[in-house]
Amino acid sequence: MSEYRIQGASGEWEVVIGLEVHAQVTSNAKLFSGAATAFGAEPNTQVSLVDAAMPGMLPVPNMECIRQAVRTGMAIDAQINKWSRFDRKNYFYADLPQGYQISQLYHPLVGEGTIEISLDEKNPDGPTKSIGVERIHVEQDAGKLMHDQHPTRSYVDLNRSGVALMEIVSRPDMRSPAEAGAYLRKLRAILRYVGSCDGNMEEGSMRADVNVSVRKPGDEFGTRTETKNVNSVRFVMAAIEYEAKRQVAVLEDGGKIVQETRLFNVESGTTRSMRSKEDAHDYRYFPDPDLLPLELTDAFVEECRASLPELPDAKRRRYEALGLTAYNAGVLTAEVETARWFDGLLDALEGTSAKPAQAANWVAAELFGALNRLGKDITESPVSPAQAAELLALVADGTLSGSLSKQVFEIMLETGDGPSKIVEERGLKQTSDTGAIEAVIAEVLEKNPNQLGQYRAGKEALFGFFVGQTMKAMGGKANPAVVNDLLKKALAG
Amino acid sequence: MTDLTTLGITAIRDGVRDGQFKAREVAEAFNAKVAGARALNAFLVETPDHALAAADAADAARAAGETLKPLAGVPIGMKDLFATKGVATTAASKILEGFVPPYESTVSQNLWNAGAGMLGKLNLDQFAMGSSNETSAFGNVISPWRRPNDTAPLAPGGSSGGSSTAVSAGLAPGATGTDTGGSIRQPAAFTGISGIKPTYGRCSRWGTIAFASSLDQAGPMARDVRDCAIMLEAMAGFDAKDATSLKLDVPNWEAALSADLKGKKVGVPKEYRVDGMPAEIEALWQQGIDWMRDAGAEIVEVSLPHTKYALPAYYIIAPAEASSNLARYDGVRYGLRDLPEGAGLQDMYAATRAAGFGDEVKRRILIGTYVLSAGFYDAYYTQAQKVRTLIARDFERAFGECDVLLTPTAPSAAFALGEKQADPLAMYLNDVFTVPASLAGLPAMSVPGGLDKDGLPLGLQIIGKALDEQGVLNASLAIEQRAGFTARPQAWW
Repeated sequence: MSEYRIQGASGEWEVVIGLEVHAQVTSNAKLFSGAATAFGAEPNTQVSLVDAAMPGMLPVPNMECIRQAVRTGMAIDAQINKWSRFDRKNYFYADLPQGYQISQLYHPLVGEGTIEISLDEKNPDGPTKSIGVERIHVEQDAGKLMHDQHPTRSYVDLNRSGVALMEIVSRPDMRSPAEAGAYLRKLRAILRYVGSCDGNMEEGSMRADVNVSVRKPGDEFGTRTETKNVNSVRFVMAAIEYEAKRQVAVLEDGGKIVQETRLFNVESGTTRSMRSKEDAHDYRYFPDPDLLPLELTDAFVEECRASLPELPDAKRRRYEALGLTAYNAGVLTAEVETARWFDGLLDALEGTSAKPAQAANWVAAELFGALNRLGKDITESPVSPAQAAELLALVADGTLSGSLSKQVFEIMLETGDGPSKIVEERGLKQTSDTGAIEAVIAEVLEKNPNQLGQYRAGKEALFGFFVGQTMKAMGGKANPAVVNDLLKKALAG
Repeated sequence: MTDLTTLGITAIRDGVRDGQFKAREVAEAFNAKVAGARALNAFLVETPDHALAAADAADAARAAGETLKPLAGVPIGMKDLFATKGVATTAASKILEGFVPPYESTVSQNLWNAGAGMLGKLNLDQFAMGSSNETSAFGNVISPWRRPNDTAPLAPGGSSGGSSTAVSAGLAPGATGTDTGGSIRQPAAFTGISGIKPTYGRCSRWGTIAFASSLDQAGPMARDVRDCAIMLEAMAGFDAKDATSLKLDVPNWEAALSADLKGKKVGVPKEYRVDGMPAEIEALWQQGIDWMRDAGAEIVEVSLPHTKYALPAYYIIAPAEASSNLARYDGVRYGLRDLPEGAGLQDMYAATRAAGFGDEVKRRILIGTYVLSAGFYDAYYTQAQKVRTLIARDFERAFGECDVLLTPTAPSAAFALGEKQADPLAMYLNDVFTVPASLAGLPAMSVPGGLDKDGLPLGLQIIGKALDEQGVLNASLAIEQRAGFTARPQAWW
């Protein structure tokens, strides 16, 4: 990845990017109330008295949400603050029943951490860059206003009100849309490995506020703008690109960048001003007096650590150590479901002669190809890791040839049967019976006197033709190595 | 037959248990008393059926030979800050006029579980903000006490003025109060009854309309110390729905009552000798010291050096919390909504809150909003929190030298309604002796000590160590036994 620069009339400009990612914590219940958090439920069916801020209602922290945020912090090697506190962010809006959001300004749960991004995603062993994470804090989500239900009124849906979010705040360490994209994808992968957020940007469980400024390389940071609530990796990259170019144009016209909040328009790919710093709310943050400081015990922190799964980078290195290519290791660890499936396959291959590298090639080529064709993702694979391991073992021990294995795999996809059963029932087992193969070869030579003559006259490229004819005649079931040997002898005459 | 409304909680409980009278007779007598005392404006809602149902349950339990519940047959008044399921709950504010909660506060539920019945909802200063009950949106409560040959209506104290009036006028043997800066103790002192604010966290705040969360604490108001102990046992207890609730068993305070103070040290804080303290208060305090000594206690002078900063710190912290706690009254989901023709959301907020909140509530919201604003936060809120810490430390040090503290409850006897209304600062000074214990979260009780020259009650305050309600109750009992306070207001209503 070469350095990303915007060419202006006055020379090159560098983009400085920081991301604040809001990730919805995977939990059955909200951050401070027992209410459920199902997505897509009928409006106002996931609302407790606490979420509706009825008089006298009080928040009680849901420790599962805290646990998930702590585990997320651990996954990015961040400092875990055993003493943190909730603050109120005060403002009035119809989707905010309490008139304040419970968040953490002064003492966040998670401190400094880092996320390693790959600058060339095709080559995971290539150059990487560390992006600093300043903090992760937990806070409540707001409800939702619906303006399209009535000609003159707005409706309020409080289902999301009080849902737990992690706000993951990066350092301004990114310098290109591609880096921001890589950061988001990596963060998403980590969240999904940890299980603290489903990373589903379409459903809004992950969204980003994008801070962008531009400067001449080597200069101080410029004034930044914040584009709110961008909900896909592609849009984040587009917003940065647009915003950076806009800022360069403003500056080169002799203008100034106003520190402001902007909105991204998905249709036009542009950003527009929402409110400037002057009309910014004074949020009057102060410690929430309904809640005591959050103090984590050693046992709690230890449980969080012990429950952390193997993370993408570690897994990728382990796969490479098993002999996988860097590319395959990268592909197989990019999504947690794929990695889980592949780990299941590796477990099932224990005690067979099949090699992990061959298994990886098979998954990348055969399985992914089939799933693509069927329009399914790996969690919906008709073939289980155990069945795949059986298939790969049959190839490794010579029972199935490569082409036979493809046939068997197709039947597995159709029927859901295991490979041994298919081989047994359909007689697809490869043969090394030299007598049978010799008989077939003799037939083939007899049927193709012209080719035989040419071959013997020196056109050795025809060897492949005879292999093909022999295999075809044997229904693909002959052991190719044996066929090769016997053919060479027979052709030599 | 005795007038059952002259009986306190202990006598009613024992009489019902022993079959001297039926619980229904008690409830009927108090219901009639309540209905006959509307001139006092103590009740916002009368609930005679609730009281009768609880009484009938008590009578039925006794007839069945069951062990009676701790408050079986005892009807009480409920401050209208506690949410009561199906019964209008307003905090004496127009903004909640007509609000009927679909839930029951933990404290009231605990009382019903203990067998108590409800005579009605008691008037109070609006959102518990006030010291005279004049801030109620539904008219001020009038004290049953009068100066001799004078019909000028007197303040019943505040904010629990409906509670103090109901108990002192014999409309209820006991009532709930809440105390944020003295709202139980000062009205108890003004009306010649007893009232205890327990350690912060003893009584759940769930379902109690919030004024200042870090200070609000419920407690009983009754005719004597024993009645308070019995009622507090029923009200207190851990509640998982309140994150600041103390996870402790409720002691059997009544059983351990003892007026013998041998071996105890009673501290007299010199800083409470404020300028301009009336000689009568000074004399009563000295009388209290003599009673303590007579009960066997050793008197020690102690110093609470930061006392003079308590009131200013309180009037920063309490309004700051209130400004945020009251943000939920926005006209969106419940309570008053004022939506002028063509108004937008902001206009609706402004109109609703302008119409719904009284002047004192608005004043405190403004103060609170101001002290939390950017640029002022550190100078006010942070500084006030530091003072709060210093005040708590003062008490800790003092309790190194003594077991309880003895002070006057209020700097004067009840004043006339209207007398201090024009001068909020003079009104705030009423809390000068009660606020420090609130800031430190300590248990504190007011007991009647005597009458002033006009025949109006004066109270003495006992402040105890955190969780030492027993020490507070015992010292208060020693005063009660020696003061022989039997004065009752003459019925004029």
